[in-house]
Amino acid sequence: MSLAVSAIGQGLLWAVLGVGLFLTFRILDFADMTVEGTFPLGAATAVAAISNGMNPLLATLLAFVIGALAGLITGLLYTKGHIPILLAGILVMTACYSVNLRIMGRANVSLLGKSTLFKNHLLAALPQYFDSVVLGTIVMVVITTIVIYFLQTELGQGFIATGDNQTMARSLGINTDNMKIMGLMVSNGLIAFGGALVAQNNGYADVNMGIGIIVIALASIIIGEVAFGDLTLNQRLVAVTLGSILYRFVLLLVLKLGFSANDLNLISAIILALCMMLPVFKNVLNFKHILKRGLDTND
Amino acid sequence: MTKPLLELKDVVLKVNRNTPEEITILNKLNLTINAGDFITVLGSNGAGKSTLFNAIGGDLSIDSGQILLNGKDIAHDSVEKRTRFLARVFQDPKLGTAPRMTVAENLLLAERRGQRRGLMPRGLNRHLDHYKELTATMHNGLDDRLTTATGNLSGGQRQALSFLMATLKRPEILLLDEHTAALDPRTGQDLMRLTNERVSQDKLTCLMITHHMEDALTYGNRLIVLHHGKVTFDVAGADKAALTTEKLYSFFAEIE
Repeated sequence: MSLAVSAIGQGLLWAVLGVGLFLTFRILDFADMTVEGTFPLGAATAVAAISNGMNPLLATLLAFVIGALAGLITGLLYTKGHIPILLAGILVMTACYSVNLRIMGRANVSLLGKSTLFKNHLLAALPQYFDSVVLGTIVMVVITTIVIYFLQTELGQGFIATGDNQTMARSLGINTDNMKIMGLMVSNGLIAFGGALVAQNNGYADVNMGIGIIVIALASIIIGEVAFGDLTLNQRLVAVTLGSILYRFVLLLVLKLGFSANDLNLISAIILALCMMLPVFKNVLNFKHILKRGLDTND
Repeated sequence: MTKPLLELKDVVLKVNRNTPEEITILNKLNLTINAGDFITVLGSNGAGKSTLFNAIGGDLSIDSGQILLNGKDIAHDSVEKRTRFLARVFQDPKLGTAPRMTVAENLLLAERRGQRRGLMPRGLNRHLDHYKELTATMHNGLDDRLTTATGNLSGGQRQALSFLMATLKRPEILLLDEHTAALDPRTGQDLMRLTNERVSQDKLTCLMITHHMEDALTYGNRLIVLHHGKVTFDVAGADKAALTTEKLYSFFAEIE
């Protein structure tokens, strides 16, 4: 029971990353590697700020801002510097590694004895693991609501159009460069926010905690789409959170099978690769109804 | 007397600038477009027709000359800024619509062409009745597919939608770049007829590139031919009405 609660809590906390990556990967339609740097950047920022006596909530919001700045740099390199997005992301991700070491002063900083969001009186009174379930639910409801509202605004529609058909978007007067920069900023802000939450939940920040983040975030998106099939855009955003929780259960199962925590990146990569190849299998094996629209390559 | 709406003066546009492959596409091109003109544009491949549109639209920057809109030079305005007065329909139906967004969502995007987009809710529902009426004028079933993603429409429906989007918010200038060329002959002729109706009804100022001599003669009040980056032939009104395919063919034979 407590393992299941823990999986749900972790899934909710990590779902922030899925929603963040959704904005670039699914809406703007490119893979942004920056997130591998902004996740530990958010963690480092929050941990350093808390260690210096900042209020944990402010420290977490500060992580969002710093993450958004990293996204801004990637966006400028990509749109104004004409560097391919994959490389622009890798450049900022690499730079983030040094920045993170600067922020933390060393490779690993503990929050032992420090205040965190989870040490709030209300959360601390809950049974074990329920703190992350409650906080994760609040965070995901707020973030998902804001993102869904945004996507239904005039600006949000321009943002979607940019990822859907850039030529058309430009011919309608949408500044596609600004849309991409905005998307990268919000996306990386959310990822850093997620990093701040995870670091406070774990009780430490580590400079290497970003490795494989893009795979984990993608896994929540893809698993959500595979599990729930044909959905509207708003439903798909909610499915990301559910996908993230499902993914935690898969990891739990894998650990139960006797694999060690060190194998998790390998297993995550295999799960994601299999999920992403499902449309190919579908053609080869002629599955019907197992896979739906969310996985088609043109979607 | 009609006043000039858009004037191109000595416009030069080169590609592959400062390389051995430098080519001059528009070579001191002069063209005055009057308000209400419906101009059909002919010319062989490489004559500079699409480049002319890209120069007007701002996708390509010009090397020298002026592009004046109501007397004001817009040659250095961005693509986005020029969409305030300009709407385009491309040859490829895929270029004009967002495939994952529905027909109604696409129309809504076009509603704010060239305007600021803020954080106000998009208000799709209050436009739906209008969009239903509007798409029904296309007589191709588009009105039954308002909530369909445009990626699932036929090429003809997509192109009809692109055309509606371009004219939804009245543009001062409409550029049609062979917008019926990718469609089957019947669908293409249907769209051509609808285009003509809409342009004359709304008294739009329009430039239409075509390779169809008959279309170029049938539609519009003015016809121009581009050759080697210049306007080499320009007829309007009664002179255009008197023009025949034979005369046009012999003219083309002359300049080649």
